[in-house]
Amino acid sequence: MADPALHAAQPDVPYISATTESRLWRAVLMAVAFVFLGVFLVLPLVLVFMEAFRKGVEPFFATLVEHDTIKAIQLTLTVAAIAVPLNCIFGVAASWAIAKYEFKGKAFLTTLIDLPFSVSPVISGLVYVLLFGSQGWLGPWLKSHGIEILFAVPGIVLATIFVTFPFVARELIPLMQEQGTGDEEAAISLGASGWQTFWHVTLPNIKWGLLYGVLLCNARAFGEFGAVSVVSGHIRGQTNTMPLHVEILYNEYNAVGAFAVASLLAGLALVTLVLKTLLEMRYGGEIAGARRH
Amino acid sequence: MEVRVQNVRKEFDRFPALHDVSLDIRSGELIALLGPSGSGKTTLLRLIAGLEQPTSGRIFFGDEDASSKTVQDRNVGFVFQHYALFRHMTVAENIGFGLKVRPSETRPPKDEIRRRAHELLELVQLKGLENRYPSQLSGGQRQRVALARAMAIEPKVLLLDEPFGALDAQVRRELRKWLREIHDATGHTTVFVTHDQEEALELADRVVVMCQGNIEQVGSSDTVYDQPASPFVYGFIGESSTIPVAVRSGEVGIGNWATGLSASNEADGERRLFFRPHDVELIDAKANGISGTVVATRRVAGAKHIELTVDGLPAATRVEIELPAAHPARISDRIAFRPSQWKLFA
Repeated sequence: MADPALHAAQPDVPYISATTESRLWRAVLMAVAFVFLGVFLVLPLVLVFMEAFRKGVEPFFATLVEHDTIKAIQLTLTVAAIAVPLNCIFGVAASWAIAKYEFKGKAFLTTLIDLPFSVSPVISGLVYVLLFGSQGWLGPWLKSHGIEILFAVPGIVLATIFVTFPFVARELIPLMQEQGTGDEEAAISLGASGWQTFWHVTLPNIKWGLLYGVLLCNARAFGEFGAVSVVSGHIRGQTNTMPLHVEILYNEYNAVGAFAVASLLAGLALVTLVLKTLLEMRYGGEIAGARRH
Repeated sequence: MEVRVQNVRKEFDRFPALHDVSLDIRSGELIALLGPSGSGKTTLLRLIAGLEQPTSGRIFFGDEDASSKTVQDRNVGFVFQHYALFRHMTVAENIGFGLKVRPSETRPPKDEIRRRAHELLELVQLKGLENRYPSQLSGGQRQRVALARAMAIEPKVLLLDEPFGALDAQVRRELRKWLREIHDATGHTTVFVTHDQEEALELADRVVVMCQGNIEQVGSSDTVYDQPASPFVYGFIGESSTIPVAVRSGEVGIGNWATGLSASNEADGERRLFFRPHDVELIDAKANGISGTVVATRRVAGAKHIELTVDGLPAATRVEIELPAAHPARISDRIAFRPSQWKLFA
């Protein structure tokens, strides 16, 4: 409890840090930041919802229950349900290798994991076309064995895995490096097997970081457009994911429909943002990436 | 359980951390691996545990060759410098972990595990803290939990890596005494690593002094202190002073000055004379001895440390001796002394 008498005795000089600008400058900088965010981020987001409900609630729901829309939502969920767990396993494995072992080519592997961040998603899509297309390296062989990858669900899954690849790994590598190998060594010295050590010691240590990575990975898997657009073939009701469906509806001048589906994606983004913030607030110390993202 | 380390060599990326080290650890003894950082003491401990594999050589537990056994199969209790307690488990769960992860045929029932944890908590004097998490404990308490956890698996050998390294001086001294008591009560063969000579000398039955990947000397506290086997041990354990000397016909001399020390078994040649600063007797200036001029005096606790230049040696060579605090020596006084305990090294 503050003692009022004691407070009054303090000299009434506000604390001024050496790096603090004048009051005016601070106001200007903050105003610039808020206006910028408002115009470029919040306004479009609000517009998405406004457009979606422009003709009322009924057309909004009418779009959502359309056959093609439901198929697009199903496809997006399916793709995320495959890509996210796979990247989760890959991310944990790669982080484990990088953080706990010393080997040649470690720096190279770390750089490689970041590749999808630096390559345009369209290019990663094109790579799959080159690989699996009918004129591609593996395409003819796969076709003769009746395996379809391009313009089908497997292609979309592959492209999504590629672009969401770094999220879990990048989140876990710094976290695991910081935690070191002490706990694992303690566990095996007590007789635990490799699997028991991972399950009882490593996983509990990284669970919040992992959840954070999964959250970001999932958001990107739902929203990925570029790479998926190249490999999907845009077959309505079959290979259209939600972002692709938005584009098709929009190109058909069905603004309400396009924004209705878009509002679902925007809603997911908002939920992700809230969860992400909650995780950062509650478990900031255990989420190494929170300082970078 | 006896542990025999036989001609063990360990390299990290071609850089040798241990050169051909052999050591016999007796059953039930408390032995210290003592050395400066980079001496290979922690590497040796981790090799015994199986956390590292030797580049060459063997390690025996009793008559059994444990070299190819995994950490899990060696059944050693390892206590880490930074405790490595599992932060998401309670104290009791931490202690029970080694029993819980056993295969079902040897795993004790849950009640038994809980009972063992309580017993060990009593032994390490932490009764009543079983439901706390590691973050709710002090450093000293964490180290006790780490020891209890290591002892829960009834290890053949207890290995402790700088067990008190992260604790403050007061707690260190307390835990040191306590570890000795636990050791005497349980009789585990115990190896601990330390860079603190006081800790090693006070606690251990035998001390292994290590330097740059080699064992310099193995012996009781008295042996390593009173009869150091190498210049390194002389310098590392306790205080020591050294003077370049020459042996001629069994007599130790400095330049043309006789010191009155006889080394009848030594061949002629250059040597270094080592002695403890407090193992000196002042002598009459006319008698044979080491004489010099006081260049600095320092009062250290109950004694007076005196720095001298030595007659017959360049002025840059200083030697330190320790005299009673009441001694009147002042700067530029002349002093002559003779070490009462000393040793020559090449």
